[in-house]
Amino acid sequence: MDLTFSEEQDELRKVVRSFLSKYSDEATVRRLAADPRGHDRVVWRRMAGELGLQGLAVPEEYGGTGFGYVDLGIVFEEAGRALLCGPYFATVALAAEALQRCDDEQARRDLLPGIASGETVATLALTEDDGRWDEPGIRLTARETAAGWHLTGTKTYVPDGHLADLLLVAARTPTGVSLFAVAADASGLVRTPLPTLDQTRKQARLDFTDTPARLLGTEGTAWPALERTLATASVLLAAEQVGGAAAALEAAVDYARIRVQYGRPIGSFQGIKHKCADMLVEIESARSAAYGGLWALDSGDATEIAVAAALAQAFCSEAFTKVAAGTIQVHGGIGFTWEHPAHLYFKRAKSSEVLLGGPSYHRELLATRLGI
Amino acid sequence: MELDFGPAVRDFRDEVRDWLADHLVGEFADHRGVGGPTDGAAWEVRLAWDRELSAGGWLGVSWPREYGGRGLGLLEEIVFEYEYARADAPYRATVNALDLLGPMLLKMGGEEQKKRFLPPILAVEELWGQGFSEPGAGSDLASVRTRAEREGEEWVVNGQKVWTSFGVHADWLYVLTRTDPDSVRHKGLSLLLVPTDQPGVEIRPIRNLAGQDEFAEVFLSDARTGADMVVGEVGQGWRTAMATLGIERGTTLLPQQLTFEREAEALIDLARERGALDDPMLRRRIVDAWISVRIMRTTNLRTLAELTAGRTPGAQATTAKLYASTRHQQLGHLAMELAGPAGQIVGEDYGLDTRQRSFLLSLAETIYGGSSEIQRNIIGEQILGLPKEPRP
Repeated sequence: MDLTFSEEQDELRKVVRSFLSKYSDEATVRRLAADPRGHDRVVWRRMAGELGLQGLAVPEEYGGTGFGYVDLGIVFEEAGRALLCGPYFATVALAAEALQRCDDEQARRDLLPGIASGETVATLALTEDDGRWDEPGIRLTARETAAGWHLTGTKTYVPDGHLADLLLVAARTPTGVSLFAVAADASGLVRTPLPTLDQTRKQARLDFTDTPARLLGTEGTAWPALERTLATASVLLAAEQVGGAAAALEAAVDYARIRVQYGRPIGSFQGIKHKCADMLVEIESARSAAYGGLWALDSGDATEIAVAAALAQAFCSEAFTKVAAGTIQVHGGIGFTWEHPAHLYFKRAKSSEVLLGGPSYHRELLATRLGI
Repeated sequence: MELDFGPAVRDFRDEVRDWLADHLVGEFADHRGVGGPTDGAAWEVRLAWDRELSAGGWLGVSWPREYGGRGLGLLEEIVFEYEYARADAPYRATVNALDLLGPMLLKMGGEEQKKRFLPPILAVEELWGQGFSEPGAGSDLASVRTRAEREGEEWVVNGQKVWTSFGVHADWLYVLTRTDPDSVRHKGLSLLLVPTDQPGVEIRPIRNLAGQDEFAEVFLSDARTGADMVVGEVGQGWRTAMATLGIERGTTLLPQQLTFEREAEALIDLARERGALDDPMLRRRIVDAWISVRIMRTTNLRTLAELTAGRTPGAQATTAKLYASTRHQQLGHLAMELAGPAGQIVGEDYGLDTRQRSFLLSLAETIYGGSSEIQRNIIGEQILGLPKEPRP
């Protein structure tokens, strides 16, 4: 049992943090947030080419480096700290994971190496107009003809769906939920970017009209793989949220040390000091929730993963929002301005809180999985 | 959860489990889970249980053999504590000496002091009380006013201590005193070992809100102890005392967390019996209670893993107490709400059931060992590096 980070993992964190401090600094985040695409291809290639971040947890046989989820969690934590803009979550936490979980060896061989090398940006299209993340929420239909499978319907709130080269789409066939791969330039596909509250993570609406698609795995059996994918993504998002919360608190603490009011630094007042302390308690507890999820993923125990993932999302999504709001409070008026980065964290927090279903949904998932 | 640190430790774990299964029977088994940091219930039974543990060689697992310990490592100590808590064995009556004074003597004590005091602790022959807090001082230990003056080969001690846990049973006290009368705050203090069996020591029990004689106030009027009864150096008592508190913060959370987990499970059973699981508001609070204890577990595992890997524990080792104490109180409130009207009724002589006792005693968890407010100052100043408050 290894519940502490190894020296190699400490090193990985250092390398990623240093990379992101250069390529995801505040100026870059603001530039990409203002850009409707919100993605820098050059940095993306560097992430893959120099650091191998897209293929970190992809097995070597599919072009990755085969590290574990704890390692991947470190990258997500750092990405959250830096508010990394771009399709890392969509590609790695959603699409690469869905490919690895689906019952289709050929698809893995065809599609994972491109993701690992940084050639392919990918995403998973699951939610529809009602924003549900559960099985009944999937209503987009797939129809088989002599010319193969075709999709008709709408997906929305798809992370980075406007720019992904590869779309993995959950659809319903007469036998149940199935997973399909759709190319970005497929006929009958219209992609509409959605203006997002959190401008650091873009979303799109996808309209399919008789769009040709490739069935992945056995028809009608995709839901368990998708459920597992969502569990994994929940844990990785939780790690990202912990990183974001930690960065937000650091900013608050730095400010509280230098900002003088009534003749002394505001951080020396218990009203501020205790608030910051409570924020750290929240973060360390969230860290335990997220790390617990990462250990569960590496253990491979399906029951444990289901429980730990729901717990991580239920707790970490609220923790990030609380801390990000607290950071604005500690900064006072300046924290409420567009110029100050505090709102970027707050908006990322609030949006990622509901990205995979929201705290109430995850509490209910947890209750069900525990038999409560 | 299983703690697994490899085959050698696994054998040790099995040995602990087997011994507990064989010996935690009869009267001892009837007192499973009884006691706690603030719970003086079933004192005689628990003392007998400590003697049983001593006879089995389970007290002082990581203490050196020359002082009666087992001479094993931190890992074995952790595994023992974990299995002990898992078996829900009675809370050890001699915890003050085992978890606080003993480790302090091992770290700071002289050779003669170790030889004199450690073996009787492990044999459960001498019980100890802590004399740190004073009336009106609360968490501000540095405002110690109890004075000790040197008279020939003796120290003469005058002052008053309070909140001495299980003090009515103490044969000895370890007392923080001011030995330099002109000193202020944490300078000029010394830590003295003082026998209670003398005219200068008077101990009066204080009843806690659960109706138990949990702690005591101690009056020292020309109490005497030998010149060689200073732990560490004269004038360096603050350092010695702080070393003890560091030990205290590290060791109590694991058994507590297991107790909280049991309480959370019991709470879910109770909710199920009462049909409360369908109430969305209660359901949410129940899930949150479960999440809390699970987070405590992972936090403690993080700290244990760092300790056993020889790393300095991260910030979570400091935030854990505040989180656990706050969340445990919430769990207690929820359990009382689920119990309904029956929760208002107690037994004869203010006899409390497990739920009521745990709920009431949980109120002390945000006070002892440094109150929540003190914890927030420690986190703010020592972990986050925020400026200190101006102090007069």
